[in-house]
Amino acid sequence: MTSQLYLDEHQIRRARAAAAAIADDVVTFISDKTTIAIERTVLRLYGLDGVDADYVPLPNVVVDHVHERGGLANGITRPFVNGLLQTGQSVQGLGEAVAAGQVDLLTLPGIRADGEPADDDAEAAIQVRARSLATAALERMRANRRRRDEYLTQLGEGPQPYVYVIVATGNIYEDVIQARAAARQGADIIAVIRSTGQSLIDYVPFGATTEGFGGTYATQENFRIMRAALDEVGAEVGRYIRLCNYCSGLCMPEIAAMGALERLDVMLNDALYGILFRDINMQRTLIDQHFSRMINAFAGVIINTGEDNYLTTADAVEAAHTVLASQFVNEQLALRSGLPAGQMGLGHAFEMNPDLEDGFLLEWAQALMAREIFADAPLKYMPPTKHMTGNIFRGHIQDAMFNLIGVATGQGIQLLGMMTEAIHTPLIHDRQLAIESARYIFHNARHLREEIQFAPEGRMVRRAQEVLGQAVELLDQMVGKGLFATLSEGLFADVRRSPTGGKGLRGVLERGPRYLNPVEEALRRELAIGGSR
Amino acid sequence: MATVDLTRVRPYGDTFDDGVVQLSFSLPVPYGEEAREAARQYVAGLGMMEAAVVDMKDLGEDMTFFVLYAKAVHTVDFTAIKVPKVESPVMDFYEINDFIREHIGRKIIVIGACTGTDAHTVGIDAIMNMKGYAGEYGLERYPEIDAYNLGSQVQNDEMVRKAIELRADAILVSQVVTQKDVHIPNLGELVDLLEAEGLRRRMVLICGGPRIHHELALELGYDAGFGPGTLAPEVASYVAHEIVRRGLA
Repeated sequence: MTSQLYLDEHQIRRARAAAAAIADDVVTFISDKTTIAIERTVLRLYGLDGVDADYVPLPNVVVDHVHERGGLANGITRPFVNGLLQTGQSVQGLGEAVAAGQVDLLTLPGIRADGEPADDDAEAAIQVRARSLATAALERMRANRRRRDEYLTQLGEGPQPYVYVIVATGNIYEDVIQARAAARQGADIIAVIRSTGQSLIDYVPFGATTEGFGGTYATQENFRIMRAALDEVGAEVGRYIRLCNYCSGLCMPEIAAMGALERLDVMLNDALYGILFRDINMQRTLIDQHFSRMINAFAGVIINTGEDNYLTTADAVEAAHTVLASQFVNEQLALRSGLPAGQMGLGHAFEMNPDLEDGFLLEWAQALMAREIFADAPLKYMPPTKHMTGNIFRGHIQDAMFNLIGVATGQGIQLLGMMTEAIHTPLIHDRQLAIESARYIFHNARHLREEIQFAPEGRMVRRAQEVLGQAVELLDQMVGKGLFATLSEGLFADVRRSPTGGKGLRGVLERGPRYLNPVEEALRRELAIGGSR
Repeated sequence: MATVDLTRVRPYGDTFDDGVVQLSFSLPVPYGEEAREAARQYVAGLGMMEAAVVDMKDLGEDMTFFVLYAKAVHTVDFTAIKVPKVESPVMDFYEINDFIREHIGRKIIVIGACTGTDAHTVGIDAIMNMKGYAGEYGLERYPEIDAYNLGSQVQNDEMVRKAIELRADAILVSQVVTQKDVHIPNLGELVDLLEAEGLRRRMVLICGGPRIHHELALELGYDAGFGPGTLAPEVASYVAHEIVRRGLA
């Protein structure tokens, strides 16, 4: 389709080239580093689960056990797999033995206290066992991907924009009731909002949970419970219902792994969001993101990025180009983790002040511009939140305007607005009214996009071109500085963050000369992306 | 035409005393005529007359949503109502800065944050950020105010530490997540910590958010509470007046 906004191809190519340079810089920086979260993820993928007597997850116990004595730089795999070989225990059995203080992974034969191999024979045996554990982990993920494809073939799915709604009761069993009802009402994607604050804790809670604030803890058991409920209701309504959670914060890659193991379909996965809005250390989360996106890529998970949030702090008209620039960067970072465009739910939002004359035109231009530039990405379009007031009647209309743009510009994922935004987390009938309205508008205006031509010299075309031009300029500036300095200067969301500030930096490690991570190696092979140093 | 009796006020639709109210809610019962009757009887049980279900929807999972109209019988005595309010006059941006220069004679220091587990900064940002909200600059733009927006998920002890370090004259606490009343103990804890440090009387302590009102703020030991729709000048005017009134400058 030719550009309805007469966008300049040359400008778009220039933006992509700049974003590629910025992303390459980031990848160079992170490729010789690992984090405690990545090492815990590897253990989870080997099959380690559960908690110790104090409810500390075993992946944390085992990684800390090695890290506290400086043995983690070469990865958790060698000490742990050597432990398996030396003790003859199962993955879970060894984790429990370490937690009980019965086994010390760094004093066993086969390994030195700094985590390096004792000799070539020991190393050869470790490599063989480690590779087979990694192969089994990938096989589990692959089986889930196959299962999803089967469901999609058998049941089919709703047309795009997918209707995305959230549940946020704090209790997984209550969430199930709300989610099943939403699926019956017409939802295509159910996102279980996490308990507020989860992104800042450096472990993943365990088991089914019934107490959370503003949301429900992301735990593997909660994932399993919701997945089963949605599969059941999906079969009844004859539509595959996708499950979404939040793969962000300090446990980003672990949650990606849990999602891959429990067949989640959509994951919020954006380091920039965590840096800007949760003050998570940028080094830590960009390293974590690179690995989590590989897992998401392999698992067939659609990631969602958080550019929409920039507009909750910065002005949606003035800062529109920062959203676009960030989308370009996120696209390039995603490509470097092996994510294809079809799994990139780049974020943007309908957040302009509703009192603005012709604001609807500017919103439309922005959404269509993103659609044209990222033609194959299932863009995630976010509803008004900043200018929702508690006037539910007006709010319902703001959401309707947003839905009209969603369908008229062919968005991939429409995160439905709730008329009760700014009042409470959605009640069961808030969701019903939102879905009813969205379905009406999507259906009633389904092919609007194909019928429209915009005035070549008109307001919308001019606006889109102006935003693209500003984004190119910003990206050009960023190439010189790099992403870290850009974030330090507050160019995104009016928020300033320093490379050594924020939470989680202590969990970053330089990789040692004998770094071993067969899961990463296997993912790189499968995804056909280059190796790390 | 009838006039209103303020000692016996009822809802008004298009005729005095018609008592018309509009309701919507869900019941955990399967959709159908029995559901309709259940909703009608429920509203009758609330003391309303002529309850009529004008729309209902099957929500699935044996739940039904209703929209109803009914006529309320109950009355309220408007003349007996007393609501505590923030009483200081609201000045504009220029007047506030002039007022501070003239009556306080130094910059005032204001720190603000979303405290506890709350990560929703939209409220504190609207009050504090340079750009402000709805055409009103935020406190960061005020030349006579040193404003520090500490962001989200700031713990109460950290808040107290920052207040001491920055020698704050006023603390603004925003609470947006109020599910299961999580904000109440969190707001109370800050008051306790400030009192334990002997700082409470030396500072103007304010909370705000969609579920906050002045009366609640007073109950919790705050000096003032601001609800939804509050703009920076209301908060800044109050802080400036309160500093002068209590001689904190």
